[in-house]
Amino acid sequence: MIELKDIDMTFGIGTPDENHVLNGLSLKVNRGDFITIIGSNGAGKSTLFNVISGKYSPTSGRVIFQEGDVTSQPEYRRARYIGRIFQDPLLGTAGNMSLEDNMVITQKKGFKGLKISLNHQLREKFRKELVQLDMNLENRLSDNVGTLSGGQRQALTLLMTVLSQPEILLLDEHTAALDPKNAAKVLELTCRFIEKYSLTAMMVTHNMQQAIDYGNRLLMLDNGQVIFDVSGEEKKNLTVDLLVKKFHEIRKSDFLSDEALLS
Amino acid sequence: MIEGILVEGLIYGIMALGVFITFRILDFPDLSVDGTFPLGAAVMASTLTAGWNPLLCLLLAFAAGAAAGMLTALIHNTLKVPGLLAGILTMTMLWSINIRVLGGRANLPLMRVETMLTRFQHGLGAALSQPAALLLFCFAVVLVIKLAMDFFFHTDLGLTLGALGFNEQMIIAQGIDPRALKYIALALANGLVAVSGAFAAQYQGFADVNLGQGIIVSGLAMVMLGEFILRSNRIGWLTSRVILGSIAYRAIMYAGRYYGYYINLTPNDLKLITGILIIAALAVTKLQDKKGAAKKGKAKK
Ligand SMILES: Nc1ncnc2c1ncn2[C@@H]1O[C@H](COP(=O)(O)OP(=O)(O)OP(=O)(O)O)[C@@H](O)[C@H]1O
Ligand SMILES: [Mg+2]
Repeated sequence: MIELKDIDMTFGIGTPDENHVLNGLSLKVNRGDFITIIGSNGAGKSTLFNVISGKYSPTSGRVIFQEGDVTSQPEYRRARYIGRIFQDPLLGTAGNMSLEDNMVITQKKGFKGLKISLNHQLREKFRKELVQLDMNLENRLSDNVGTLSGGQRQALTLLMTVLSQPEILLLDEHTAALDPKNAAKVLELTCRFIEKYSLTAMMVTHNMQQAIDYGNRLLMLDNGQVIFDVSGEEKKNLTVDLLVKKFHEIRKSDFLSDEALLS
Repeated sequence: MIEGILVEGLIYGIMALGVFITFRILDFPDLSVDGTFPLGAAVMASTLTAGWNPLLCLLLAFAAGAAAGMLTALIHNTLKVPGLLAGILTMTMLWSINIRVLGGRANLPLMRVETMLTRFQHGLGAALSQPAALLLFCFAVVLVIKLAMDFFFHTDLGLTLGALGFNEQMIIAQGIDPRALKYIALALANGLVAVSGAFAAQYQGFADVNLGQGIIVSGLAMVMLGEFILRSNRIGWLTSRVILGSIAYRAIMYAGRYYGYYINLTPNDLKLITGILIIAALAVTKLQDKKGAAKKGKAKK
């Protein structure tokens, strides 16, 4: 469904800070894939998402979406089929506005007109959807989103994002800023929604156990390259130890410090 | 005097509504206002003098202001310069354009021309005293504008604009080009400012290129004063308090002008007072934020 062809991404070309972040990265994402992505800090995971979503255009290489070349399509255009959730729960919603107003904005992608969509019927629909979160948000439609907790806010962002029916969902450590209980809750919701709406998803996580437990495919990123790509039975049989071993087999570098980096 | 305060508060309140849209809703510090206010006045004065239908004149004033606002958006969007600079560029260019609109001069009197205000007063005949008629007229105009604005910010498009200033990433994520929204908001805001200028010219009986000097700062002071009067998040209250803030600002300026000499203030000190007013407002807000944060911190522990 999405294909990356030989992507290079270099920041600050020609300056002393030149930084080659993605190195000829190629990747094919199939419809229905739920891919977990691991890799040490600075490996290029977020940059990969930025290239897919169109926030950055790659220095070279091509981004293909359903047979079409979208490399030069601006971010806001690609957002019509790409849903993205960030680590920071504040980024997905407008805290100065009520829950219902936020949901009106995100219920449909694309430019909005001069009509007032919010009515009794739509509120009922929002309530019904919010019940799924099991956070009592269905009774707080007119509260400002700014008054919600980080976990509630991230769960709301997740719900709003899946309701807008993206073709692919990019999750960038979207539970990392939450406390363990809320993180588990949001992760559980994530899996439920991915299944319910049969979404294609990519999820970055620093938790190797999570990366093994969730999804049907696992990618390990290092130095801007996919160094390990498993799916199916092979992925099911993975353990954290096996993963670490694999990492060092490929990289053949210092064991201890790298283990610290990976986890 | 009280009528003067109310009438001016209402007329300049329209300008403050425009400033509210850019500074508060869009989070775009737009200084074009110093140019679009006299632009509205100039368009109104010269078209009225040419004998055009006053309503058409007002529409043209709005359109001229809107076009200038879009120019600011264009500079900001395409050249990626900060909004502040884009606004200053528009404002500077408008000074020359305004003189052209006024027919190559800096000032155009409207003393012998029928304006919307005089028409309304004459239309009512003896039913109301002239000041009362003027006040009624301004009140009606501002009410219509306020209600239209409330409606707009309830529409899907209006809500989207409301989110833009707070979280641009969220707007992009909806597949909406934030640049398009900036065109709309800056056009709307500066259109309102120009309408305010158009009424100010009719009220004062002349249009002048220097009418807009420092008007953005007074608009900001009005918006901030309003925020002290009322705390709310509902758009209906937000627009109301901008107008209340504008009236309060006029009252303070009147007081400064008429009673200021007791403490040796002259009309030339009014700008100083405006600046101090804004600084005080900023300081108090900062203190309140700190207090609020401290309270929250305690509650958590
Ligand atoms: N806009 C940018 N300008 C310059 N350098 C950047 C930019 N964005 C990312 N980088 C650099 O690219 C490298 C990879 O960053 P990236 O955010 O992709 O890492 P990551 O794998 O997501 O790491 P983490 O696990 O810490 O989130 C880093 O060295 C970072 O400094
Ligand atoms: Mg990252």
